[in-house]
Amino acid sequence: MNAARADAVAPAGRFARFIAWVDARFPLTKLIREHATEYYAAKNFNVWYVFGVLAIVVLGIQLITGIWLTMSYKPAATDAFASVEYIMRDVNWGWLIRYMHSTGASAFFIVVYLHMFRGMMYGSYKPPRELLWIIGMLIYLALMAEAFFGYLLPWGQMSYWGAQVIVSLFGAIPAIGDSLVEWIRGDYFISDITLNRFFALHVVAVPLALVLLVVVHIMALHETGSLNPDGIEIKEHKGPDGIPLDGIPFHPYYTAKDLVAIVVFLVFFSLVVFFAPEMGGYFLEHANFEPANMLKTPEHIAPVWYFTPFYAILRAVPSKGLGALLMLLAIVALFLLPWLDRCKVKSIRYRGWIYKLALAAFAISFVALGYLGLQPATEKVFVYAARVFTAIYFAFFVFMPIYTRYEKTKPVPERVVYHAE
Amino acid sequence: MSAESGLSRRHFLTVATSVVGGAGVVFAAVPFVASFKPSARAQALGAPVEVDISKLDAGSMLRVKWRGQPVWVLRRTPAMIDNIDAMISELRDPDSDKSQQPPYCKNHFRSIKPEVLVVIGSCTHLGCAPIERFETAPPDLGPNWRGGFYCPCHGSRFDLAARVFKGVPAPTNLRIPPHRYVGDNLLLIGEDKGVSA
Repeated sequence: MNAARADAVAPAGRFARFIAWVDARFPLTKLIREHATEYYAAKNFNVWYVFGVLAIVVLGIQLITGIWLTMSYKPAATDAFASVEYIMRDVNWGWLIRYMHSTGASAFFIVVYLHMFRGMMYGSYKPPRELLWIIGMLIYLALMAEAFFGYLLPWGQMSYWGAQVIVSLFGAIPAIGDSLVEWIRGDYFISDITLNRFFALHVVAVPLALVLLVVVHIMALHETGSLNPDGIEIKEHKGPDGIPLDGIPFHPYYTAKDLVAIVVFLVFFSLVVFFAPEMGGYFLEHANFEPANMLKTPEHIAPVWYFTPFYAILRAVPSKGLGALLMLLAIVALFLLPWLDRCKVKSIRYRGWIYKLALAAFAISFVALGYLGLQPATEKVFVYAARVFTAIYFAFFVFMPIYTRYEKTKPVPERVVYHAE
Repeated sequence: MSAESGLSRRHFLTVATSVVGGAGVVFAAVPFVASFKPSARAQALGAPVEVDISKLDAGSMLRVKWRGQPVWVLRRTPAMIDNIDAMISELRDPDSDKSQQPPYCKNHFRSIKPEVLVVIGSCTHLGCAPIERFETAPPDLGPNWRGGFYCPCHGSRFDLAARVFKGVPAPTNLRIPPHRYVGDNLLLIGEDKGVSA
């Protein structure tokens, strides 16, 4: 035992002595204190603050079910579809593990979209949390890549033709487009080679990046501290002990609260997994129950619901190149949010009507684009509607520096507003 | 040596090491990036297909496979050539304005030589295989039919230049693959180096 440590005051029990042994060699207690028992978060978190934790829970579900799926899945064009059927029919509990994974994909996007919307409501991207927001956006990008690569693996019709559509988007880049598409596919069409490399990216490369980014995201969060629905920095009002007056330790207070959220989430998650794993064709598209056939295009190619807002933007523009560019800008714009928003007030509670209106219009246009992206492109009405909502989507960002600068805000309270009994 | 020159020397060494190391990383990345390109096997399987059409009679059709797709080679008869626009009023895109062909095939024959049509035999609706119906006015296709292709799945019709009819499910003309002649009767499908529009 390392008795030289000043703070290691004669540990009583065997367990305490073991912890002291570890602490002398690894900062275990220090880490737990910094990130849990002595990490102070504002006491006025509302329900919007559970989605970060839920995203981590879903990441865990995806990692575990994913590892189990790779044990029975075969990443070859001739075997992939049959191996998924094998998982569904012959592997013990294979159907459950696969449905958890497929439902987890959609659940991931649901909680991440809500998490991002929380950030937009309460100004979580504003200084000093710009980097936190950007790291979060990188997680979102990695998540989209992960979902895209994973969707090819079942080698169904929609896997195949969805990948075909998305990969061919890179062909819109002038000069290098065609060779870039060939480079991505590793072949002249989406083939066994493409499937094999997408598998490698889906199960090794992107998950590694995702996990690393999540760690970096949490490190950045714990550096700046969590914001709260009032958008007030609790660190500005500390007690004589140096602890924020409006702060409570993350553990046990928020771990206990998050546990409730996790249980509620798992109830809904289980309902989908057991009773509606296909979710009427939105979580698992019906066309994907047919094996990939490069000679037969499905009647109506639509990506899974979480990509449809961007797909609708792509289709709203008659030119393929311009549509792809606009789709890219729709995501880039989110990265720029911390610098586009000039309003000093963080939380929507004390911001002017104009931002509330703008954010509502943005949210409505995002959902509407999501709906329109699912509809067949043949209906002219849908195309015009998609153009209107695309315009609203971009107007939110383009005019933000103007309307946020002249925004009439309400006075922000010094301390968080908290109505506990 | 003064402390200052020592510092600048250290600075120089740091920069030099970083640059050399950075260049090493770039060169080391080359094989990994290049590894993504189509492999030798993929290149061999996706290579252009050479087709000898010297034995192809007028009015008959040859099927070859290129990059997993069925490619038809039809040698049109003089009558077919003369009547290429016989059903033009019924076509959706008679001038092939929608780019479904290389620029050198954007003509009413949709081919390099009027007598030889090279086309991908996959319906632009849902990818079924249309069948050749070269006879005139058969009972099932009506008295106006002057020969073309008919898709049995959903009834899409195409004329002898593989142009789509109005009022059928297929949205566009059939696709023409890149191709060129390496000899009078030797076609190379999948490559069109040196072919001018």
